[in-house]
Formats: sequence, structure tokens, C-alpha cells
Amino acid sequence: MNALVSFDPQKVKADFPLLQREIKGQPIRFLDSAASSQKPQVVIDAMSTYYETINANVHRGVYEIAEAATNALEAARVRIGRFIGAPHPETEVIFTKNATEALNLVAQSWGRTNLGPGDAVLLTQLEHHANIVPWFQLQAEKGFEIRWIPLTADAQLDLSNIDTLLDGVKLFAFTAMSNVSGAITPIADLTRKAHDAGALVVLDACQYVPHLPTDLAELGVDFAAFSGHKMLGPTGVGVLWGREELLEAMPPWLGGGGMILNVTLDGFTPAALPAKFEAGTPPVAEIIGLGVAVDYLEALGMDAVREHEVSLTAYALRTLTERFGDQLTIHGPAEPAGRGGVLSLAMEGIHPHDLSQVLDEHAVCVRPGHHCAKPLMKVLGVGATARASFYVYNDIDDVDALADALADAQSFFSF
Amino acid sequence: MPGLEDLYREIILDHYRNPRNRGELEAPPATRTEGFNPLCGDEIVVFLELDDAGVVTDIRIGGTGCSISQSSASMMSAVVKGKTLDEVKALTHAFKAMMSIHESSLDADGESGEDVPSDLSEGVQLGDLEALRGVVKFPVRIKCATLAWNTLTQGISQATADA
Repeated sequence: MNALVSFDPQKVKADFPLLQREIKGQPIRFLDSAASSQKPQVVIDAMSTYYETINANVHRGVYEIAEAATNALEAARVRIGRFIGAPHPETEVIFTKNATEALNLVAQSWGRTNLGPGDAVLLTQLEHHANIVPWFQLQAEKGFEIRWIPLTADAQLDLSNIDTLLDGVKLFAFTAMSNVSGAITPIADLTRKAHDAGALVVLDACQYVPHLPTDLAELGVDFAAFSGHKMLGPTGVGVLWGREELLEAMPPWLGGGGMILNVTLDGFTPAALPAKFEAGTPPVAEIIGLGVAVDYLEALGMDAVREHEVSLTAYALRTLTERFGDQLTIHGPAEPAGRGGVLSLAMEGIHPHDLSQVLDEHAVCVRPGHHCAKPLMKVLGVGATARASFYVYNDIDDVDALADALADAQSFFSF
Repeated sequence: MPGLEDLYREIILDHYRNPRNRGELEAPPATRTEGFNPLCGDEIVVFLELDDAGVVTDIRIGGTGCSISQSSASMMSAVVKGKTLDEVKALTHAFKAMMSIHESSLDADGESGEDVPSDLSEGVQLGDLEALRGVVKFPVRIKCATLAWNTLTQGISQATADA
């Protein structure tokens, strides 16, 4: 392996019980981490230990285990906040169900308060539906304009007209990394331009936080959303990070227990941050699990994680191009440094659904479909792709197995 | 364990490579109906022409999709051409039953089987479509096989509502 990689993916793989499985008599080749990652044993154990030793509702009880549960949750909040460079992790890290809910929270709280006729929101054609549909839903009620940053022929942001597009925009919401092409966007540059134009920035960091060192304060964005289950954590927990003064000024979205300071027959007073945005019992075990996932990633080192994925992506691009040439289209940036480990594949003459079916015979798990990014698929000129995505536990054996399975699909469907 | 040859029978691949009734009809007089598989991005367009007696005088298929959805659409177009609406309903019913979508769930979907004359739903000849029987062993792909049929059902509702 590449000398820059400071961890051994084989050893990492050994930490993940699911990756010890065989499927159809072959070792599983899990290449769908852009959809959801596998979980290391320490994360699974942390959640079991919570249930076995300190399971109690948080922020309420005065008994010992309730206090322990609360402390474990709040400690996880701080560790997760530090992991992304949040200046005030205790107040700025809001736990949601997933990144989708986090984006909806911004739309329904900040958007509902601040957007109306004559205002504009800027999106890009790279976006996942989770960063499109909430804005359409709000637009239907509030009547603001939605603008789009178009894409170049190779599906990167076309920024030639960015200043005009930003003129008069109140909010610019964009992805840090495409879940289809792996293209990494120029976050800090775009944020500076947006701020110069007087717009706030919402970053869909779902594919970014799990894979690259992230310092949100340095990137300068105003809000960021990501999901726990794509970064070795459990499903059911996501994060909205926002700048404290913005969150302070926003009204709560969901109402209920835990998010109030006081309730009378005349109304309610919302609680302080972060409780204001966390109505109802939170996913305690999941938050604790995500905290341990963050510890695991930090032990590997996010610089090393990025190095590993760049080197594996470079190997994959080289291997697949050598073996399949023009028969295989790999959408997205050609340079590994400009992309994440997400490869959207199109094999000549074989529909992605059929391709993925043959790959499954080889225990190679890839994802066929539009990846919840239909506007982007339209630009790529395809209805679907077969997407292979890498993470810390993937190695060159997985890439070679993918290549062998692709070759088998080619011969199976040869006319 | 089901293998790929259970799914990709030769006749399916033949319809995939050489789709029948591919193209468009002028709409109107034909009806044009789009169907989507939201999971995989397949899109299908069914152009349907009925005469006054409710016979399918012509049908054309457009759109993109995998071998299962495209071959199912191709075979469907071949088998329904020249059939009466009752016969088409019976075929649809029989095909979905083969895909293990049963009467109860058809009813629950509002696609009631009640108006299918029992003498037609009995002993319907599916012909080439029998080749798609193996899809049942790959449950994720059932939606691929039924996409064209669901779109045709919508097209018929559209055509009969227009009439």
C-alpha cells in the first residue's frame, strides 16, 4: 500500500464484524459507504453498554444512572462538535434524526422566518434531493425565488456566472461533496463569495465530514448538516451545526418536551440552545454510539483517512481505466485530489441495475440508481449509475474484486 | 440459491436487445403515460391507441431502463396488441399474480381484480412472459418487471376517462 497511509486497512477491516461475513461463499466487498457505512465493534458495544448499564431518560432524572446517561450524551456532543471544529460545541451541535432532518430544520426555522416574496435561495444542480425538496416545500408557502448553479460538461459546478447568481441571494445551500460524482466543491471560496453578497451558507456536509478533516469555523459556513450512519455511527442520529448567534435568533421548529423553559396556559418560552431544537427524548444510545465513532475516526486520524481514500481512489481509477478503457465511464473529476472515493460507473451496453445484479453474485455491494440526485443525473445524461464508494475499511483487494466482477458482467451480457 | 440464469433467461435478453414496438405514437389521438421507478431511476413511456370497441389497436414503448423492465415492456406490448381491454386486464392480473402480487394486495392498491371476468383470468396464456417468472426469486427486481404494466394500467384509465 501507499507509504502515506498511516493505518492498515486490513487491520481496520478486522474491527468491523459485518465485514467478516461471507456472501454466496465469498468475502463481502462492501462498496456502498456513501449510502451507509459499516460500524466497528466499539460502536456496537458502546450502544449495548449504554442499554445494559445506564439506560435512562436524559435531562430529567436526579438518580445516578439518569445523570450518567445525560453526562454520556453531553460528552458525546462536545466530542462530535470538536471533531468538526465547532467553536461552541455545547450549544451549536443540534442532534437530529439525520442530515435530511437537519436541512429541513434550517428551512423550517431560519427559512420560514427570513424568506418571503422578493427573496432568493441559491442551490446547485449537484444537490441531493434532501437539499432541494425542503426548499421547494417552503417556496410553495413563502413564494421566494430558487436559483441554480449549473454544471459543466464533466458535472462540476459552473461558477462562471456566480456573482450574478448570488446577487440578491439570502441563502446559499450547497453540497461539500457530490454523493454521485465525488466532486469536492470549493467550500471556503464559495462561502466567501456568498458572504460578500450578503448571503448565509448552508453546507450539506454528509459526504464530507466522514471522509475529510473538517474545520467548520475555518471553512466559514453558517450551517452544516451531516448524518451519523455514514461515519461509522448508528442510524437515527444526525447533526445540524449552526453559528451560535444564528441559532439563538431562530425559533424552535418541533415543539414538545425538553425544548421549553416554561409552559403556561397562555403559551411557552423556549429553552436555551441546544435543547430549543431537540424536542422529545433524543436517540441517546445512537448519540453515544456516534461519539465513539468519532473517537475511532480520530484515532485513525482524519488526515490519514483522506490519504487512504485518495490513494485507493487513484488505484481504482487506474485499474478500471486500464482494464475497461472506453467500455467503462467513470463520472466525475479525473484527479483523485479533487474528489472523494465515490465512483459512479456506467458500463457500455449494461444497465446499472443489471450490472449491480451480477456484482452481487460476487458479493460486491454497489448501488444502482439515481442516488437521490435526479437533476444531476439529467446533466450526466443517464437515468441511473452503479456507484461504488470507499471508506476506511476498503483496500485494493476490494477494488480488484470489483474489477473482476465488472469483467464477469461484461462477458455475461456480451452480445 | 437462485442464480443469474434464473433471472436473465435468453428470451428476456432477446427482448432487451431487440425491443418490440419501440417508439412513439402521436398523442392525441393516442394517450401518452409516463411511469417512474423512484428507486432506480427507470422511466418508461407507454403510448396507447384504443378503438371505439376498446381494442388496443397500437402501442409503443419509450424510456430507459434495465433489461428486466425493458424486456417486460417489450413482451407486454407484443401480447396486448389487438386485445380487448378486458383481455388486457386479465393479462395484467395474471402477470402480477406470477410476480406474486396477489389479489388481496391488488385490492389494497385500489387495482381491484373484481372487474376481471373470471373466465378471462382463468387460464390466461402469458406466453413469452413466463420467462420473467424467475424475477420472483429476486424481490428487488419485481418493481422493474411490473413498471410497464402499472404504466399501461394508468394509460388505460387515462384513455377510457378521455373517451
